[in-house]
Amino acid sequence: MKLMTTLLAATAMLALAAGAAQAKQLVFCSEASPAHFDPGPTTGGNDFDASSRTIYNRLVEFEKGGTAIEPGLAESWSTSEDGKEITFKLRAGAKFHTTPYFTPTRDLNADDVIFSFERQWKEDNPWFAYLEGMTWDYFQGMDMPKYIKEIVKVDDLTVKFVLNEPNAPMVANLAMDFASIVSKEYADQLAASGDLAAFSTQPIGTGPFVFSDYQLDTVIRYQAFPDYWAGKQPIDDLIFAITTDPSVRAQRLLAGECDIMPYPSPADIAQLQADENLTVLEQEGLNIGYMSYNTTEPPFDNANVRKALSMAVDKAAIIEAVYQGAGQDAKNLIPPTMWSYNNNIPADTYDPEAAKKLLEEAGVTDLTTDLWAMPVSRPYNPNAQRVAELIQADWAAIGVTANIVSYEWTEYRERGKQADRKGPFQIGWTGDNGDPDNFFATLFSCSAIGVSNYSSWCNQEFEDLIQQAKTTADQAERTALYEKAQEVFKAEEPALTLAHSKVFMPMNKRVIGYKMDPLGIHRFDGVDVTE
Amino acid sequence: MLNYILRRLALIVPTIIGISICAFAFVRVLPGDPILAMAGQHGVTPERYEILREQFGYNLPIWQQYFNYLGGVLQGNFGVSLATKRPVITEFMTLFPATIELALVAMFLAVIIGIPAGIFAAVKRGSWFDQLTMGVALTGYSMPIFWWGLLLIIFFSGYLGWTPVSGRIALSFFLRPITGFMLVDTLLYGNWPAFVSALRHLILPAVVLGTIPLAVIARQTRSAMLEILGEDYVRTARAKGMSPRRVINVHALRNALIPVVTTIGLQVGLLMGGAILTETIFSWPGIGKWMIDSISKRDYVVVQSGLLLIALIVMAVNLLVDLLYAVINPRIRVQ
Amino acid sequence: MTQTPQIAPAKSDRAAALREFWHYFSVNRGAVIGLVVFALLVLIAIFAPLLAPYSPDIQYRDAILKPPIWDAGSDPRFWLGTDPVGRDMLSRLIHGARYSLFIGFFVVSGALFVGVILGVLAGYFGGWIDAMIMRVMDIILAFPSLLLALVLVAILGPGLFNAMVAIALVLQPHFARLVRAAVMAEKNREYVTAARLSGAGHLRLMLVTILPNCLGPLIVQATLSFSNAILEAAALGFLGMGAQPPTPEWGTMLASAREFILRAPWVVTFPGLAILITVLAINLIGDGLRDALDPKLKRS
Repeated sequence: MKLMTTLLAATAMLALAAGAAQAKQLVFCSEASPAHFDPGPTTGGNDFDASSRTIYNRLVEFEKGGTAIEPGLAESWSTSEDGKEITFKLRAGAKFHTTPYFTPTRDLNADDVIFSFERQWKEDNPWFAYLEGMTWDYFQGMDMPKYIKEIVKVDDLTVKFVLNEPNAPMVANLAMDFASIVSKEYADQLAASGDLAAFSTQPIGTGPFVFSDYQLDTVIRYQAFPDYWAGKQPIDDLIFAITTDPSVRAQRLLAGECDIMPYPSPADIAQLQADENLTVLEQEGLNIGYMSYNTTEPPFDNANVRKALSMAVDKAAIIEAVYQGAGQDAKNLIPPTMWSYNNNIPADTYDPEAAKKLLEEAGVTDLTTDLWAMPVSRPYNPNAQRVAELIQADWAAIGVTANIVSYEWTEYRERGKQADRKGPFQIGWTGDNGDPDNFFATLFSCSAIGVSNYSSWCNQEFEDLIQQAKTTADQAERTALYEKAQEVFKAEEPALTLAHSKVFMPMNKRVIGYKMDPLGIHRFDGVDVTE
Repeated sequence: MLNYILRRLALIVPTIIGISICAFAFVRVLPGDPILAMAGQHGVTPERYEILREQFGYNLPIWQQYFNYLGGVLQGNFGVSLATKRPVITEFMTLFPATIELALVAMFLAVIIGIPAGIFAAVKRGSWFDQLTMGVALTGYSMPIFWWGLLLIIFFSGYLGWTPVSGRIALSFFLRPITGFMLVDTLLYGNWPAFVSALRHLILPAVVLGTIPLAVIARQTRSAMLEILGEDYVRTARAKGMSPRRVINVHALRNALIPVVTTIGLQVGLLMGGAILTETIFSWPGIGKWMIDSISKRDYVVVQSGLLLIALIVMAVNLLVDLLYAVINPRIRVQ
Repeated sequence: MTQTPQIAPAKSDRAAALREFWHYFSVNRGAVIGLVVFALLVLIAIFAPLLAPYSPDIQYRDAILKPPIWDAGSDPRFWLGTDPVGRDMLSRLIHGARYSLFIGFFVVSGALFVGVILGVLAGYFGGWIDAMIMRVMDIILAFPSLLLALVLVAILGPGLFNAMVAIALVLQPHFARLVRAAVMAEKNREYVTAARLSGAGHLRLMLVTILPNCLGPLIVQATLSFSNAILEAAALGFLGMGAQPPTPEWGTMLASAREFILRAPWVVTFPGLAILITVLAINLIGDGLRDALDPKLKRS
């Protein structure tokens, strides 16, 4: 610790000595405006990039560029024998930001941790509804109220989570954005002044960057936090230049207006790669784009019909025309980089003749159906409209008529969830944590019907396997269970798994130390720029 | 005169009420559920749903909801955005200057080029200049501006690299807004390079947005000029041996500009429509982009109040133009 | 135009008027060019299936994003190149003419129909009917037309038909105002009084006696609306709220290929050019019509 202080002091001296020298600045052309800066109630990746990964920390953190869990604000943790109690030992001397609107008088302690969760959990907490019409989407969505019995302050720097039943993914869940630790002292100050809403617009955290300014829909500015518990960041200023259109983002990067950008349009990647000032990092994404059949709607309730329709789709053409080659044929629901991926499953074949025969055998002729296309571009499916056009043409070849339908994004998902939805539905998923449960149970468990199981598929065998895997601690055992589940999935084909997309991150060559994140978050701690 | 003004104002009241009813009604009939829209992707429990419905008054009879809304608006409360939870009026006020600045510069370009072009075309009627100007004007008037904007971006930003691609000012300038008008703010700070940067960012969007008004103004000026040049008193002045330049300056121009002023005023509504497209293409942080984003996000409250605010502004400008017209053109008052 | 106290002009008069009109119209070179281009477009639209080398929907998966014939790397089968899923651009553009012209006709007919009825009612009866109708028109005109159309389409659901309905609704007040003003100006003229005295009913007075006399400005407004409708429909398509892919509507084609603007500029350039040419042709005709029909400008 002493070494750290000395180092910090030395850095500060150097910074002073550099004096008027150019502050090191990194400009990130972000893809959307954040709703606000409280990571608890927000849900978008852009919200998290702008708040939880810059301003805040969590008890535990994902390692940079991976999904392994490492200490964050908790230096260490231990799980009790029965798996029902997790005790976290907090880091001493972790400081909250000092800004023009808040000056902390104390370091992080157990009260902050308990407050951070109780505000999302206890309806009688004054912060439970501090913004008009707010919901704690992730806290509810991850079923936290079901799993957590209580959170106990053991002493100032020790917190104990008591669970209702053992839960293997719990610690990983606490590394997710919604579990960011906020300042109770700041909350109390705002409560005293009556301006609760400021909690979302003038954030205070313990993270690597201090919020400095936000111009609506234009630019967010941060400064490196000099007293950050892990040391001050190499860059001084971090700027998010909000640029919603992907081609405009690429143009800005090429013009040197920004240093790094997320989600390039697949169409622009070749040009970006060819530019001598740019590097384009790429990574297999932790995602899946798929098309859910409604397994309760005839004739899609027949597994053979589903298989026939899948067989008639030329996935290679989709990957070529829509993913521009930056995607990988998906034979399983989970991507190959995830543990428990079952590589023995044979790849899907494109065989319109066999598909036709299979349909005939099933007694399906003159099938006319809706085909749903998402209205937005997502990393797992850059252009669902175009995918739909391709599938439409493929199906026409086997005598199936598809009408493409689309709605506004919220409306689209809402209608997609309905049990009486007509026709196959394109959707996809990007992992929240590295656990297979986050794919299997979230997307295809029986309890997810009407939530995110767009196939309305409830298969007892599959369900038993994934439920057992969820409550098992041993990873080898879990792997075996999930591998089996993938076999069941393939045999039943509740959905056509289209592709796992590659994720690209183009950046200026002056950016050093950026690591791509499999969870699709963008973090700038430890990133530096050369002059 | 006062009588005329009062009559115009009296007509406006029912229109305003109508506009507020429309804005309110549109949003009620939009498909989708505002509560679900605010809840996000994991949805809400039925209990919480009921609480939210009550909190936002969606459980009340529709007319009561309308009066609650109207009451709020009259007190300056335009509701809170479902997406950002910020007051709509705050967002509007933050973004509005960007649109106004863009529209004013576009209009400025249209006027300083359009009026002289129109006058010259009229004076040199039938010349190659006249034909060329009117040809260009008609092409501009027929332009799908979203396509025009894309072409200009490819050429000036992509190919030549002369203008920045997007944004209002280079990111290296960090000026807290005073008026919200970038050109004014940079001057208030006395930051000359920042002013130049803001101007460079503004030029392409302004050209795109100004194209159609420019064409309309040039055509309108020309035909107004032609009409006046054909009037007896101008002919008389000319016959009396007044120099052509003096005839144009003293007699023709003043009278020709009256209808042109009205035309300029009437372009305001069109400019708002054009701003939607221009701001979308250039990622310009203004009202147009805000509205289209809100429509596609189903941010009901923003759509409702945004429509209301925009319609009120357009109406206010039209009223102002009418009154101005009445002041400069005495003939209208008799009607 | 002289107003004689006749209910309808005699046949020879009508022919003479038409001749006079054509004389003035054909003097305007631009208008004639516009008319020729427009006629060509109509022919292209009618015979699209015969003219287009391929079906607009067929996907050549081996020829994705091929450039036009004069560029390196082009495919001789596709003169204007192919789009992101390998469809022939030329065929799509040819079929697109059908949509644009249909949009124009549909919107103008709709707007004309509703606008004329409302305008005649308001102008003829005056009083509270007039006040009501005109306030509603004021309200519609207070919203920027594209914004209003966007909201209407959001309510009705995106799609070509809904977009057309929305645009017709937004354009219709212009007709209503025009007709109302004309009717008010005409209704106290002698020939109308004469017709009334000879026992003509309201309907006959409105439609047969008065309306034909406001035809000139109406035709000009209709032409203007025709080009406006095409532009607005394309703008809605561009914003993703108009015709839905794979419909070969020009605005939609442009929007759905926008990401390729740098890599494959032809997929964006051609549809935009097609819109521009069509709208320009119609506006040229409109100018010619106005000059020929507007008696005031005729004299100058």
